[in-house]
Amino acid sequence: MTAYDVEPGDSVHPGDPVTVDRYTGGARINHWITATCLVLLALSGLALFTPALFFLTGLFGGGQLTRAIHPWLGVVLFFSFFGLFIRFWRANLWRSEDGTWLARLRDVLTGHEERLPEVGKYNAGQKAVFWLMSILIIVLIGSGLVLWDQYFAAYTTIEQKRLAVLVHSMAAIIIICVWIVHVYAAIWVRGTIRAMTRGSVTGGWAWRHHRKWLRELVGGKTT
Amino acid sequence: MAFEFELPNPNTQNPQTNLSEADLVRRSASSVPVPARQLTPVAKLIDVSKCIGCKACQSACLEWNDKRADIGINVGVYDNPPDLTPNMFTLMRFTEWVNPETQNLEWLIRKDGCMHCEDPGCLKACPAPGAIVQYSNGIVDFVHENCIGCGYCVKGCPFNIPRISQVDNKAYKCTLCSDRIAVGQGPACAKACPTHAITFGTKEEMQQHAADRIKDLKSRGYQNAGLYDPPGVSGTHVMYVLHHADKPEIYAGLPNDPHISPIVELWKGATKYVGLAAMGIFAAIGFVHHIVEGPNRVSRDDEESAKRLAGSGRS
Repeated sequence: MTAYDVEPGDSVHPGDPVTVDRYTGGARINHWITATCLVLLALSGLALFTPALFFLTGLFGGGQLTRAIHPWLGVVLFFSFFGLFIRFWRANLWRSEDGTWLARLRDVLTGHEERLPEVGKYNAGQKAVFWLMSILIIVLIGSGLVLWDQYFAAYTTIEQKRLAVLVHSMAAIIIICVWIVHVYAAIWVRGTIRAMTRGSVTGGWAWRHHRKWLRELVGGKTT
Repeated sequence: MAFEFELPNPNTQNPQTNLSEADLVRRSASSVPVPARQLTPVAKLIDVSKCIGCKACQSACLEWNDKRADIGINVGVYDNPPDLTPNMFTLMRFTEWVNPETQNLEWLIRKDGCMHCEDPGCLKACPAPGAIVQYSNGIVDFVHENCIGCGYCVKGCPFNIPRISQVDNKAYKCTLCSDRIAVGQGPACAKACPTHAITFGTKEEMQQHAADRIKDLKSRGYQNAGLYDPPGVSGTHVMYVLHHADKPEIYAGLPNDPHISPIVELWKGATKYVGLAAMGIFAAIGFVHHIVEGPNRVSRDDEESAKRLAGSGRS
């Protein structure tokens, strides 16, 4: 079996329970910088998106500061996510079992893991989140630069700015929905969050949700 | 006889302000109570056919608003500065136009600035509560202490008027001299105009005055003379008398049929409601799913299977 989606640092430690290293310290720091930026971007962006949420500008020290900080957070997120992309893109390439997994979404949502194909480090849902985030972040940074009047007002026409603000808000809505799915999945599937806090999961978790990846890891140790 | 709009000198003895927050009919990103009184709608009428391009209006505007334009450079046209700026709220735009019917060169001079739309796109787009307000007399004003400098008003405006200051990151435009009108005065530009090309009064008076002017212009061969009070924005409180009202675009790109961009309407309308609903639905689905399905836990069997696999791998 080719270990196509085993990432550097992934390894199995026998014991009771078995623990499996899933994310390195660097990957976790990288993730939490991205996550913090995304949450702050969503809060500051929503504040400017609808008057009902304008009060959120108070979190950033008022409207002027919210307007000034938001694009810089976007720049940090872009480069931070780029780091995640470099780390994770290969393991998120689409595989044949992903189509089957997705077709049995009902079994996924009802927790019938036994009816699902064995998947590698990421299942089709996680891969969808990864690629949607990647695409949406490019759309958001692109349209965001058009809206960054403080530095780039002169480079686009007003009509282009109007289109950019519409695209930016729509992409932001979608990415927030993707984020809700991402966070909910991590909460619902117990034992997941420790992968992003401590970097490891239990062997049982890997067996239940990412058996192909676990087999690759174990297989890799023998050679 | 057409009446002259000679504005009275200011009353410097204890002037009474007759324009306050109680007269607001719209307030950006917030709502206002219905005002107890309705002020008479006002309007500034700019008769392009009477303008001699002296720029006294620009000087008066800078003077009254205590602004200074930077020393500019000649860019090859009479427009000075070449565009509206955060300090220059009004600008004479000069166009040399050859009339295809007469082959005459016509020098079209249009005083550009905020049109004070009845349906203001800037106010619609503004996300900051109270940064843009509209009074019942029709004046649309920017309240700078509430402005956050986001530039949404620039996208909302159908006339390309607001300018964001690089100094304090706030949006600026013509106020219609709301502070002068509040004490019974007309705008500074109208006061300064030596040919009465700029006049100020109630909107009804200005429409009548315009009708007289249009009649005069038609009698002198300008068949298409007319009033520019575009219905696409429900009319404006700054209106033009144009000799060629059938093609306003020849006057330095005055929009033929201005309206708030449909993109802005979509952004501030459906996108906002559908977007908030979508986020709410996603969160609600998660909540309900968790209640119905319960957590997805790793079983003892899973751990045992992992142990067996890890053990087999090591041996």
